[in-house]
Amino acid sequence: MSEIRSRAERSATKSATFGGDLDLESFSRQGGAWSYDPEFQQFAPEERQHLLKAGIELTDEEHAGTFLQADARVVHCQANQEGVEVLPIREALAKHEELADHLWRLVAVDADKYTANTELELDNGYFIRALPGARVKAPVESCLYIKTDRFSQHVHNLVIVEEGASLHVITGCTTHPGVRSGLHIGVSEFYVRRGGSLTFTMVHNWAEDIHVRPRTGVLVEEGGTFISNYVLLRPVKSVQMYPTVTLAGDGAVTRLQSIFIAHPGCELDVGGRVVLKAPRTRAEVIARSLSLGGRCVSRGHLVGEVPEVKAHLECRGLILAPHGVIYAVPELEGQAAGVDMSHEAAVGRIAAEEIEYLMARGLDEEEAVSTIVRGFLSVKIEGLPPALEDELDRAIQESGKGL
Amino acid sequence: MLNIQELRVSIDGKEVLKGINLHIPQGETHILFGKNGSGKSTLLMTLMGFERYRVEQGKIMLRGEDITQLPTYERARRGLGIAFQRPPTIRGVKTGDIFRACSGGRVDYQALAAAYDFTPFLDREINHGFSGGEIKRSELLQLLTQDPSLVLLDEPESGVDLENLHVVGEIIGKLLQKDRRREKREKSGLIITHTGFIMDYIDADKAYILNEGRLCCQGHPRELLKDIKRFGYEECARCRR
Repeated sequence: MSEIRSRAERSATKSATFGGDLDLESFSRQGGAWSYDPEFQQFAPEERQHLLKAGIELTDEEHAGTFLQADARVVHCQANQEGVEVLPIREALAKHEELADHLWRLVAVDADKYTANTELELDNGYFIRALPGARVKAPVESCLYIKTDRFSQHVHNLVIVEEGASLHVITGCTTHPGVRSGLHIGVSEFYVRRGGSLTFTMVHNWAEDIHVRPRTGVLVEEGGTFISNYVLLRPVKSVQMYPTVTLAGDGAVTRLQSIFIAHPGCELDVGGRVVLKAPRTRAEVIARSLSLGGRCVSRGHLVGEVPEVKAHLECRGLILAPHGVIYAVPELEGQAAGVDMSHEAAVGRIAAEEIEYLMARGLDEEEAVSTIVRGFLSVKIEGLPPALEDELDRAIQESGKGL
Repeated sequence: MLNIQELRVSIDGKEVLKGINLHIPQGETHILFGKNGSGKSTLLMTLMGFERYRVEQGKIMLRGEDITQLPTYERARRGLGIAFQRPPTIRGVKTGDIFRACSGGRVDYQALAAAYDFTPFLDREINHGFSGGEIKRSELLQLLTQDPSLVLLDEPESGVDLENLHVVGEIIGKLLQKDRRREKREKSGLIITHTGFIMDYIDADKAYILNEGRLCCQGHPRELLKDIKRFGYEECARCRR
């Protein structure tokens, strides 16, 4: 037995450091036998509509590549542009032997039961690579879809942006409209090679009893850029994620932006850690959380290991319901003289004077609140599909109601 | 235009305005003097209907309609407009978005901003990092796009340097139609000022002194300002002209 496998076995029941503990036995490992669908024909209009809310457009046009996994089955996967590889991870590992060395290097297999069980009972996942120097303008779209109620989906994803290449991946994670409960475990390891650039936009649109445990590690080499956008607007039971980005090469840059809304009954524990290991690296972590009655922990941890690094952390939360909870945990850790790190954290409600100011300009109370909330959540995310922009607007309008 | 009758207002249970009677006819601009804490800003905020300012007694009539119980936005839609002395910063909300909301599609706010060198500010967060002069310009240009019938200005010259004062004065003159003959003016104004500098740009009709929540004196704006400078507010309060 390999060393990785035995570490996984030893950690198969290990609780995670953060977030509520889940009993994996309470979910099913029996997914649907969905067949491969090259023309996206097995999707009903209602389903397509639902997928759109997670930013997923069922088309190969305007995408440099597409990947869609329903439960454990890959139902669509293709690369549409030269310089881009898109494969199911199992196929990729069989095709390129050397890829195995990239797995479990940025995320520890024995971190917790979720990582361990992904190794022990892998469904599939995506492998996306931009070849050296490839400038991939259109996004690669990937979708991890739970189509069977109570299914526990285990995916392992690998993205490699080779030297001087650039890539945008939009991932929509969602459930079939008929699915109420389930678990999604997504292990993702991203490598941004020298001078490369990866923008990773992840949109979650789950159902009310879904638990989500992404486990992400990112390595950025010299002069590389990694931008992460995370959007969660709709109800979910729990999400716990704490991706770690390591800026390993001189001048590497990262920006992690997240927007999340905690609906009543929701438990969100979302954050990001950046380790600045090389001179002239820069990091920015920006989180905007909104509680409509749910509980939100917004974490951020910056570690400056060498001089001449610069990093900023911004956690801002708005509580819009009487029993909402937002707990901001910004952490700065300087390990050398000459680091420049700062943070700004604020949790509160909308100030009455801001609402009145806008009302004095003729906006009614609901319009004033949505204008303020929209401003609060206005983190610029390039390349969002228009349907998702509309969804964002709708969620903002709804948050302002009944205040 | 505006008729205030026996207005008593409290803030957090403390009476601040103690029976105000005031009439501003259409086309007239009135000035409100008074020392700090006399209740001037309270009067303006009450006219806008802000929650903290509780009307205990009296009526506010705008063009013959009782607006005392109307919410702020209804007052704004009926023609009341205010320029705040210290407006809030609203993070993430662009100045241009507020201009657009004020204009309601009726006024070309971009052309207006361009005319007053304000275009670069439209893309900035409202009031975030604005200087005193920039705040005033922003407030007054918002009013120009809103085009109210009754303009309420709370110390429009405070924090403004001399160069900007000219621009501020010019915009206020435009808001109050000072380019028209007196009898042709349709817009009215109520302006709080400490220095009176702004009076060089507006042809004000009448002034009052507000003292401890009561209007205690009225007269021609320049005459009254001269008296205040000469005798101080205490004496003006005693004389009860």
